[in-house]
Amino acid sequence: MIYQSAKLKENLFNNPEMAPTRDGFGKALLELGEKDPRVVVLCADLAESTRVLPFKEKYPSAYIEIGVAEQNLATVAAGLANYGKIPFITSYATFSPGRNNEQIRTTISLNNVPVKIAGSHAGLSVGPDGATHQALEDIALMRVQPNMTVLSPCDAEEARKATLAAAAHDGPVYIRLAREKTPQMTTTETPFEIGKATLLWESPQKVEVAVFATGPLAYRALVAAKELEHEVHTTVYNLHTIKPLDKEAILAAAKEAGAVVTVEEHQRMGGMGSAVAELLAAEWPVPVEFIGVNDSFGQSGKPDELIEHYGLGVSHIKEAIRKVSARAVRS
Amino acid sequence: MLTQEKLQELELKAEAIRETIIEMLVAAGSGHTAGPMGMADIFAALYFYILNHDPKNPAWDERDRLILSNGHIVPVRYAAMAHAGYFSVEECLTLRKFGSRLQGHPERLRLPGLETTSGPLGSGLGQAAGIAYGARMDNKKFRVYCAMSDGEHDAGNVWESAMFAGANKLSNLTVVIDRNNIQIDGMTENVMPLENLRAKYEAFNWHVLECDGNNIAAFVEMVDEAKAIYEKPTVIIAHTIPGKGIKEIEFDYQWHGKAPTAEEAKKFLNELRTLKGKIESEHQ
Repeated sequence: MIYQSAKLKENLFNNPEMAPTRDGFGKALLELGEKDPRVVVLCADLAESTRVLPFKEKYPSAYIEIGVAEQNLATVAAGLANYGKIPFITSYATFSPGRNNEQIRTTISLNNVPVKIAGSHAGLSVGPDGATHQALEDIALMRVQPNMTVLSPCDAEEARKATLAAAAHDGPVYIRLAREKTPQMTTTETPFEIGKATLLWESPQKVEVAVFATGPLAYRALVAAKELEHEVHTTVYNLHTIKPLDKEAILAAAKEAGAVVTVEEHQRMGGMGSAVAELLAAEWPVPVEFIGVNDSFGQSGKPDELIEHYGLGVSHIKEAIRKVSARAVRS
Repeated sequence: MLTQEKLQELELKAEAIRETIIEMLVAAGSGHTAGPMGMADIFAALYFYILNHDPKNPAWDERDRLILSNGHIVPVRYAAMAHAGYFSVEECLTLRKFGSRLQGHPERLRLPGLETTSGPLGSGLGQAAGIAYGARMDNKKFRVYCAMSDGEHDAGNVWESAMFAGANKLSNLTVVIDRNNIQIDGMTENVMPLENLRAKYEAFNWHVLECDGNNIAAFVEMVDEAKAIYEKPTVIIAHTIPGKGIKEIEFDYQWHGKAPTAEEAKKFLNELRTLKGKIESEHQ
């Protein structure tokens, strides 16, 4: 059942409101513009689609247009942060942190300056634009850089909170955002703290499988848990922070359940599932099933169509839960 | 105005920096020789005349910022900083050694006063432009200097940043290009031609100056002119001699990325000390 302290939306399973995570990001920027003069927003010719246009209109002097030049986007922001500003750089995740990865590594992470990298249009759910614009490797690229914090909010409200938390965090942060409208799960009351996993669902019975989800697919993980309510007893955690991992929560849940499923809209290799598996392999080995794209690029299509085709849908998550439950290490 | 006395002092500082570069490179056993030697005059002028800075307080808010984009010539910066009092000249001998603050390529977090981390080419100008932009937002009076190599102008990031600085008229930014015409694989015009470099920068809305980069008086004059340009960033194309000060390595691109042996260093240091005597007698 829904974990009450998570303060999720009451209509969660009954026509939830829909919004893209990028909307929450844009909303938070407006709040930041109001309260912190150090915040500046850098745009790479994608003001509307990365949702920074309202910030541009309200705070034009804190808005910097870079043009289609993602390497310069990273380096100018590194300079601004080095001087004392809190720059947010925005583009599509394939371009930033994709195209400008080395600039981020040297001038932001190794320099350890507080640039906030917002990578929009991450995941398959970009849809019709096709493989070139569907970032499936950005979590991997970002989580291997020392000093970098990696956030992957599950809905628009959590993206708002993640953006505010990123601004307050003294160091580089990557925030993964999506284009497509997805269900609103969390409320303003839902707790959010960088590095703290949020428990969304907890079976009142002895737990058999712990599910760790990140990004908007957390909704599908919840639906899967609910549909399996009387068959396999699960806990579902929202790992909105992929780095640093909430080791304590993950280990406790894995120990209790003895089996784990990870769910993400990203390559299986190098993503959140890999991060969880690295931890479990070292500390408490249990069987893991990975829901993620299996070493393939995306293609054009409707978001839901793609999610199903690449094996990230509710039926796939349910199947993974059943499968791993059968392999569980029972104490 | 640069007096004859000050000029002589700067020339002697440049000579002392060159000696330290040779000493640190031979102690390290690896590193770049040509670029640092060629830029010794400019770094002497920057650290002992141009920059508004405080070696005892490297984080001073109002300091001028010197961004070194081509991080591989950092021995010249370390040597200049040591002679200016940021740390002891002896510490220079730890260059490239385990645990040293003087990394093979400069790291901001390891040594106060470096401003940025660099080495991968082409990303210093964007950072310098970012600092200049932020400073202008807050009406800060300090200036931003960015030292670059000519070879790194092969990198696209440089031109993205040049376009940005020109478009935003960042007049508090002065770039110095070490135009020594060499890069690792040979002469710049053979590897990937850069000319017409002046015309390229002019087309990007920059004020372009050129000088002999081994003539301190000429360089200082260019920097002063840059301060009087209010509508554009300025680039000084400083024509330098790679390996300057040691006849047998001057102009030789093969000295881009190697350090002298102990024997070579002894010979080079003798030649530099002769140069020192010459500077002292010339100004008498």
